Amino acid sequence: MVLVALLLSPFVLAWTLLAGTSVIALLATARFMMPNVLIEPPRKFKIGPASDYDLGTVATKLVAQFGVWIVHTDQYRGKNLIYALASVCTHLGCTPSWLAGEQKFKCPCHGSGFYITGINFEGPAPRPLERVGIRLSEDGMLEVDKSIKFQEEMGQWIDPASYYEVVG
Amino acid sequence: MSIGEYIRDSQIWKSIFRHPAPYDRRNRVVVMLTNFFLHLHPVSVKKQGIALSYTWCMGGITFFLFLVETVTGVLLMFYYRPTLEWAYNDILALRDVTTLGIMREIHRWAAHAMVITVWLHMYRVFLTGSYKPPREFNWVVGVLLLVLTLLLSFTGYLLPWDQLAIWAITVGSNMARATPFLGHEGPGAQILNLGGFDLITNASDARFILLGGRFVGENTLNRFYILHCVAIPLVVAGLIAIHFWRVRKDGGISQPL
Repeated sequence: MVLVALLLSPFVLAWTLLAGTSVIALLATARFMMPNVLIEPPRKFKIGPASDYDLGTVATKLVAQFGVWIVHTDQYRGKNLIYALASVCTHLGCTPSWLAGEQKFKCPCHGSGFYITGINFEGPAPRPLERVGIRLSEDGMLEVDKSIKFQEEMGQWIDPASYYEVVG
Repeated sequence: MSIGEYIRDSQIWKSIFRHPAPYDRRNRVVVMLTNFFLHLHPVSVKKQGIALSYTWCMGGITFFLFLVETVTGVLLMFYYRPTLEWAYNDILALRDVTTLGIMREIHRWAAHAMVITVWLHMYRVFLTGSYKPPREFNWVVGVLLLVLTLLLSFTGYLLPWDQLAIWAITVGSNMARATPFLGHEGPGAQILNLGGFDLITNASDARFILLGGRFVGENTLNRFYILHCVAIPLVVAGLIAIHFWRVRKDGGISQPL
């Protein structure tokens, strides 16, 4: 009875209300810090027909705006594939450069190197570059979707959504 | 009546300084207690307590450097605009065309020096055992000040908006991805979902709040500018006041009690 009276006292009520409103204010402030509108490039975009990308080349034209390389190669498991690699080093997140002469992606920050397939072979990067989604859209253009990613070391590169296979 | 006496007898002087000059022991105490700035400090300290070989004056030098940073920082704000269009150009202009634009180098070198002296201060406090009771709380305040000093350095690093700055902050802020529960690649983040809807994604985690976007961009520059120039310095100034006041309350500058 004394306990109930204490819990219902103005003292407890006041402190509970103060604590409650403070927590709500804190959460609201955290939410305020998350912008609703971002001026960032779209995560899903068309990159033209597959014939724009020659076998054995790495297209670097989309790196600055969209952060992806479009690779057309037959070196990954012998298949003739076009796929999009995210231009984010798997070490600490810098942007590597494609060095056509040496046929490798080289990160300027700490020297990580990746083959054209995206597999890491030198420097501190612990795992291969990540692929992002690519598919042939209805109008015959390839479409890249950066909201999904595929990691080689997790066996996700066998997913057909991670590449476009060139036939014929 | 000399000019000095005339000034000290004037109403203006007396309205500012509530007590006469500290000409005897009692007045020295009274002056310390009635002056806003001096009251943070002990009325008296033991001679050995302020021996340079014992204190290294590292706390004092750190505070001096904080004042240098504040003054040069405020002056730099008159010439620096935290926007993609102007940030880097304004830094170049400070070097090339602004009279006394060397202020920026002073700001930068003093920042490096402050990080070093704040560590040496901590090292000295540790070696002399000055973290022991009753000074444990002041050690904790000091640790907070150390972290805030490093955060001031980190946020200031982005402001020149050159390649080094952008990639250093990209790399540094990637650590926030791995925050437990609050980073989208951190442990426990998967637990926080409502009916299959992830609450912690790369557009709602700690890194997103810090950067104001999915990657280092204009929002980031603005946020770091505000953190660097307003938010963190305010907290630091408050903690410095507490830190000094506690030195006085906890038995003066390092010495056996």
